[in-house]
Amino acid sequence: MFEVPIEPGKVREFALAVEAPTERHYGPDAVVTPTFLTTAGLAWEPAEEQAVLDFDLTRTLHGSEEYEFPAGPPRAGQTLSVTTRVEKQFERPGERGGRLRFAVVAREFRDAAGDLVAVQRSTAIELGDVPGKES
Amino acid sequence: MATIATGALEVGDSAPAREFGPITRTAIVRYAGASGDFNPLHHDDEFAAVAGFPAVFSIGMLQGGYLATFVTDWLGVDGLRRYAMRFREQVWLGDVLTCTGTIAAVEIDDSGEETIEVELACDRQTGAPAVTATATYVRPADSGRS
Repeated sequence: MFEVPIEPGKVREFALAVEAPTERHYGPDAVVTPTFLTTAGLAWEPAEEQAVLDFDLTRTLHGSEEYEFPAGPPRAGQTLSVTTRVEKQFERPGERGGRLRFAVVAREFRDAAGDLVAVQRSTAIELGDVPGKES
Repeated sequence: MATIATGALEVGDSAPAREFGPITRTAIVRYAGASGDFNPLHHDDEFAAVAGFPAVFSIGMLQGGYLATFVTDWLGVDGLRRYAMRFREQVWLGDVLTCTGTIAAVEIDDSGEETIEVELACDRQTGAPAVTATATYVRPADSGRS
């Protein structure tokens, strides 16, 4: 488990980067933009908490990403506790032979009261090694 | 500014399309700094070339973020319960992105609370989708709908 402070200045910076109006993302009632919590895994997650995938990163893509907010996007100014795990892994045949491997990394965000505030699911896709292709 | 959309929302309703871009290296770098994604594929020409790409390309979550901005400008932030993106195609420098969205489903439960499903797309100027997404909103029974 690691902690992520939802810093008002950072929420504002992220809003500007995705062209969201800062009026609702800075100030006393500021809430995060829907994808802001991507910063947790990128900027706060310690190495020992990172999900371990045995994927070849030279042929791995970001396939999909989702955020669930049981009570809406969280407010800025609080610190959330985060746990990371590999939720599932599966594979299926690729269109050109070889196989596609999928891994879903799930992060649960809880507030100071222990309530679940958000769930992030990030899916990585390792493209298939096509048989006969030099790797 | 209202954070929960008011007024009637029906299947088939859509918001006016909105453009983002042209995508610049500066926009990518700005998002990289804001998000913490410093993967050199997105800002380092030499690194991208060695990895086999013709040029640096945008971060998928940047387009995903633009599409989120599009839907929250339309339907607000507080009512959002889920936002799910699929990354379909890479976005390159100079691309102009067009975001569109349509209400796909509206369900009302016994208490009158509405659950609204929105289908979203962020297309490149070629017409190909860069990102598609769905957003789920809830509204209490007294949201001013007719």
